[in-house]
Amino acid sequence: MDVLFDNLDLYGVAFLGTIELFVVAGIGSLILGLLIAALRVSPVPALRAFGTVYVNILRNTPLTLVLFFFAFAYPRLGLVDLSFFALAATGLTLYTAAFVCEVIRSGVNTVPVGQAEASRALGFTFTQTLSQVVLPQAVRAVVPPMTNIQIALLKNTTIAAGFSVVEAGGIYANLSERGYNVLVGLLWVALGFLILVVPLTLLQRRLDARWSVSR
Amino acid sequence: MSSVLYDVPGPAARRRNTLIGVVGTLAVVAILGFVIYRFFAAGQFSPRLWEWILYVNIQYLLLDALLATLSAFAVAALLSLVFGAVFAGGRLSDHRWVRGPATAVVEFFRAIPLLVLIFILYYGVSRGLGIDISAFWALVAGLMLYNGSVLAEVFRSGVRSLPRGQSEAAYALGMRKTQVMTTVLLPQALRAMLPTILSQLVVVLKDTALGFIILYPELLYQARFLGSQTQLGAPILPVALVIAAIYIAMCLLLSGLSKLLERRLSRGPKAGAVAPKDPELELVGGGVR
Repeated sequence: MDVLFDNLDLYGVAFLGTIELFVVAGIGSLILGLLIAALRVSPVPALRAFGTVYVNILRNTPLTLVLFFFAFAYPRLGLVDLSFFALAATGLTLYTAAFVCEVIRSGVNTVPVGQAEASRALGFTFTQTLSQVVLPQAVRAVVPPMTNIQIALLKNTTIAAGFSVVEAGGIYANLSERGYNVLVGLLWVALGFLILVVPLTLLQRRLDARWSVSR
Repeated sequence: MSSVLYDVPGPAARRRNTLIGVVGTLAVVAILGFVIYRFFAAGQFSPRLWEWILYVNIQYLLLDALLATLSAFAVAALLSLVFGAVFAGGRLSDHRWVRGPATAVVEFFRAIPLLVLIFILYYGVSRGLGIDISAFWALVAGLMLYNGSVLAEVFRSGVRSLPRGQSEAAYALGMRKTQVMTTVLLPQALRAMLPTILSQLVVVLKDTALGFIILYPELLYQARFLGSQTQLGAPILPVALVIAAIYIAMCLLLSGLSKLLERRLSRGPKAGAVAPKDPELELVGGGVR
């Protein structure tokens, strides 16, 4: 207990850093992922190909390597000087966007073509078909797995700590400097993540049970 | 090709699509061109920074690093499969005293970030309890606990997704619980789950890169080491590019195998009956951590 209460300042700053990184990269990855998903389902073959290449490369690159690039290689390029937080958020966004894109794409693909054909037969315009027939069904299929991706992102923020962003995963270094038991300190970090992740997992299960459609 | 989002394009739409395609290609070429120009302007393509590739010692160093990565991957993959099988069995058990703890273990290790787990094993246990764990075993054990828990869920939903009639028929034939599991349910579930299992192994391979953070001398660690050698001109960008190519090639190979299997299996007889429809599983298959 002492380890936690004596270092509340440390834990507070670190978990705040985790949550900040999570929120920034979460929103960034949703926007970028949506854009790439739009490429991947577009009628233009060239754009589809770019989307596919992006997703395949990013999904098969270790996140550690992506962050490695931003931490060590980016500063060598002599571009705009960015804070480490910004670089870590960019890396996490680029990586997570590939997974977000796949979820959105497969969500759209779960809607049978017959649905759009039927709505066109009823005289719906493209906008009506999209907003009243396709998207409502796609969203139901997308939200539960999207929660999962964001949970993964939350856990992945710790990797940024390996590259020393102030963030929950980096607590151990500070604790050992202050002379506390590292094991106990890290177990508190683990507990913190349990408290953050488990409610999200439960939410995801619930959404899944309630929203899943049998086709 | 008709899709749920648009109809088969007519002549006007085809012209528009071609135009968008050309503009899009130009935009992507421009972005790539800018990146390559920046590399060039920062002097990253100067021959001096690429000389290291020619040194035999460095080639051996990288080969050793590759071996270190692959051996961590092989051991972790094997242990994860065993861990997953054991805990999937636990979660499917009829006895509450087995099911409860197994569920708790699986949920616990899935909720904790892998890196925190590795830190607990590497720094926490050695400094807190005085038991020394090498970087290799901390990495492998962390990978096993995390990916094993995910695989346990994969195995479990594989068995769960089988039609109930399968086990009912087996019981009706007078088989025991173990027999039902090993001769009827598992073979079918494994067949359906093989692509998902393989893509989870891609995650294991990707995550071996975390060893870099606890100074396990794998590819990324050696990349950092070589990149900081001033007598080579500190070629961190060239080294990182080469290492990235190696990682991506290995992971693409494994993902490709998984996709190939998926296509093979879905063409086979009776496929689809046992295909997972759990979106969580689909995602696990997507290789998200």
